[in-house]
Amino acid sequence: MTAAVFFGCTFIAFGPAISLFVFTIAREPLRVIFLIAGAFFWLVSLLLSSLVWFISVQISNKESASQQKGLLIFGVVLSVVLQETFRFGYYKLLKKANEGLLTLSQEETMPISIRQLAYVSGLGFGFMSGAFSVVNILADSVGPGTVGIHGDSQYYFLSSAFMTMAIILLHMFWGVVFFDACEKQRWWAVAAVVISHLAVSCLTFQNPAYVNSLVPTYVILLVMGIWAFYTAGGSLRNLKLCITCKDKDFLLANHRSR
Amino acid sequence: ICLRFCKSAGCARGFKQFILYSECVLCNRFIMLTIFFLPGISSNSVEKKIYVNLNYTIPCVRLLNATHQIGCQSSLSGNVGVLHVLDSEDNLEWVLNSGPNPPYLVILDYLLFTRAVMMKLKNGSNRVAGVAVVAPTINPSTGFSPHTTCPNENTGVYVEDYDPAFAHCNVTVWNPLGNGLSYEQFNFPIFSLKDDNETQLIRQCYINHNLAVNNNAPQYPLCAMQMYSHMSAVTDTSTCMRRSDKNSFSISPEMVCDPLGDFNVWAATRPLNVTSKGHKMWESVVIAAARLDSRSFFFDIAPGGESGVSGFVTLLAAAHALRNITQENHPNRTILYTLFQGETFDYIGSSRMVYDMQNDEFAVDLDNVHSVLEIGQVGFWSDSKLWLHSDPVSRKNGSINDELAANQSAIPVEEPGFSQPLPPSSFQRFLRAHPIPGVVIEDHRSAFTNRFYESMYDNAEYLKVSYPSNMTQEEQLDFLTDTAKSLTEVATMVARTLYLQAGGAETQLGNINADPQIVTRMLYGFLVQSNNSWFQQIIPSEWISHLELKLLYHHCYLPSSEATFLVQYLLANLTGSIVNITQENCQNQREDQDDKESKHIYTYMWVQGTLPLNSTERHGFCVRSTVHLSKAVSPAFHLQEYNSKDYSTWTESRWKSIKGRIFLVASHDLEMLTLGVGFGVLLTSLLLTYIVSSKADILFGSEREPSNATY
Repeated sequence: MTAAVFFGCTFIAFGPAISLFVFTIAREPLRVIFLIAGAFFWLVSLLLSSLVWFISVQISNKESASQQKGLLIFGVVLSVVLQETFRFGYYKLLKKANEGLLTLSQEETMPISIRQLAYVSGLGFGFMSGAFSVVNILADSVGPGTVGIHGDSQYYFLSSAFMTMAIILLHMFWGVVFFDACEKQRWWAVAAVVISHLAVSCLTFQNPAYVNSLVPTYVILLVMGIWAFYTAGGSLRNLKLCITCKDKDFLLANHRSR
Repeated sequence: ICLRFCKSAGCARGFKQFILYSECVLCNRFIMLTIFFLPGISSNSVEKKIYVNLNYTIPCVRLLNATHQIGCQSSLSGNVGVLHVLDSEDNLEWVLNSGPNPPYLVILDYLLFTRAVMMKLKNGSNRVAGVAVVAPTINPSTGFSPHTTCPNENTGVYVEDYDPAFAHCNVTVWNPLGNGLSYEQFNFPIFSLKDDNETQLIRQCYINHNLAVNNNAPQYPLCAMQMYSHMSAVTDTSTCMRRSDKNSFSISPEMVCDPLGDFNVWAATRPLNVTSKGHKMWESVVIAAARLDSRSFFFDIAPGGESGVSGFVTLLAAAHALRNITQENHPNRTILYTLFQGETFDYIGSSRMVYDMQNDEFAVDLDNVHSVLEIGQVGFWSDSKLWLHSDPVSRKNGSINDELAANQSAIPVEEPGFSQPLPPSSFQRFLRAHPIPGVVIEDHRSAFTNRFYESMYDNAEYLKVSYPSNMTQEEQLDFLTDTAKSLTEVATMVARTLYLQAGGAETQLGNINADPQIVTRMLYGFLVQSNNSWFQQIIPSEWISHLELKLLYHHCYLPSSEATFLVQYLLANLTGSIVNITQENCQNQREDQDDKESKHIYTYMWVQGTLPLNSTERHGFCVRSTVHLSKAVSPAFHLQEYNSKDYSTWTESRWKSIKGRIFLVASHDLEMLTLGVGFGVLLTSLLLTYIVSSKADILFGSEREPSNATY
């Protein structure tokens, strides 16, 4: 396809992430640092899983299609587990770092709360995994051709872009839920994050039936989004207040009254 | 400067050999070969989902002379067009006017590759993105010649001031079938495809996606093709040479074109001191000439069977027939075998040799030349007879007389019998400089018998070099074809004529006989398979890789070193003798440690020899011969006269990549939809995020957290 497709897909995949970055992260240097650190942790997890993948492909039988398919599933599961392990590792590290920051800090409160860290690191994970899942596709979308000469669907680029958008947002939500669960030691929530991550990853095996993979993914996205919203402190009442656009002064007064 | 372009080891080796001459005319070819023959240009899986790269794409490339540019090119990023398979000429209407999805990339059957169709496409070129011609596996039954009707019209001897009556092929149109396509300029790329699986894939893609039902516009996605053949040079030779010069100030100068050129191969029956140039006292030479090169419309497929191979194989066989007799009983005059390169392009090789002779840059000068005997196209003489062509103007002047030896063989040889100019031949360049007696032997009386002059069909099949099926390569190599037999007769006749012409005794003629085995092996080597056991024996081991490329690109239109080097070693082996000296001495061009004279006279070549059974070690030996190379680069480039009217000014543009691929293109609507959705998502998320983040304290304000710690 052409540059139009390239920009279209880029905006779809990274539009939400970019706007979140611009409005919530870019202004505060500490958040930017934690975002990049999160992205780095995701990268390290990918490095490890690709190492294992590379070795296992080398020792496997390249002729056998079923073995390769099994290997692919193994690789996906391993990668998801590694990603979540690194998310946990990053959480532990941030806890330590936060204590350090607190001692250094002049003020009494922490410069950044663990919830904010959860969101920022989740977005960092999302950015990097989104980039890795879509950049090579974007690179090929600039050329004149579109997918389909071997009979594939021509909506490949569009669905890849939407999938990437979902993955980025999901990582953000998973980050929020996961950190909160660790904080409160609710291990079932951690397990839910890992399982939903596994589910989303395995849904991509439905491709090229894009509807079959995209629709469940967006359902999971919605569920995780609501969960994360509540975890982050949102509630239906707040949402209502927000939508009805009550006077700010009234809201502030309302706050104080509590 | 040049080695930068040599991406293959072969080319670098070639330069080691020819480093003295520091010419760089072969490199484009090697870049291309590298692209064609080295597999494993890896691509990622997304690319594989989109594109099917075509493995076999032969382009038409751009050439320039003093006034024109000819050939084809694509834009820098390749030309993309919706595929259209043209099955009849009426179908052109769809491409040129009615089709709804221009530009089109036209797939032509070879039968439609005619001047009429191509000119229509050329004139409608804003709707034509490119053309791909599907080459047939067997030759067409009709004639086809993309060359001009009057080859080398302006650089032969027949110009206005020589004899206006003969200028511009006024008397005889030599190549009446010529349609001149090779000398047209096209603004789109033209590729040649083989009729194989890939072409089948292209057709299938066209049928699946592009076939219009009831003349309705076909539905997207459509099958399309992209062709890359961007040419760096433009306008004419002086422009591109100036650009190349200007850039030479930089560290890595970017050349945009190279002069066409190569090396002539020559050998003398009596050793000539090549270090002392110019006139040689008491030396009189009879030149026996043939041309080495050929061309076709497309870059790399110019087998030149009848137009080139038939002539030089005959000359080589004649040289072999004369080897023993000239060693034992040498005639008064020296016979000089010369094989000219680049003759297709306004006589590059012969004009340079004549120029060198005039300027005392060659071992002999023009006054030493007694006469010239040139072998032209002789492959089809058995269908009629052989014809001796000579120049009517010099004959009129009385400078040529009965010095043409009466031939003593059974071949019917006749003169055309009317006042006809010489056919296109290297001899014309000698005449242009000096009235020298001479003849050109051809198998045609007036117009060429060759129906495929300078086209890709002038191949082994056309020359009837064919073998019974189920023969192994070794059997084919030694199988005596009818063509080989008839060419052997010509070679015998030529050899005897040369011997008489050189002043030899008629009594010896019975001992001069060409060897049909040698002829058939050469035909096999040059037209069918150059990587054969015989060629392997007679070349040095470091050149083996050149044979292994398997393609017969040696008489390609761009004179390349492949033909030159093979012919050089063949001529050395056929005329030279084996000397018993060490490999070191041989490679240092000397008989022994103290020998400092031989290298001025002889050429020593260490060739790898036969491979004995059950052995991996070849028994190499040293061949001493009088074979030498001389530059075949037009004097125009030596004189830096890029507008020369006397000499060839052909240059070839450089290019970066030649490739083609097919894929589907999406409709404009889908692309715009994708872009629109992208913008929609971006704007929506910007707006939402702004609202949410500005009201974060309300949204996420909860009982448990202080509001300043929210998002």
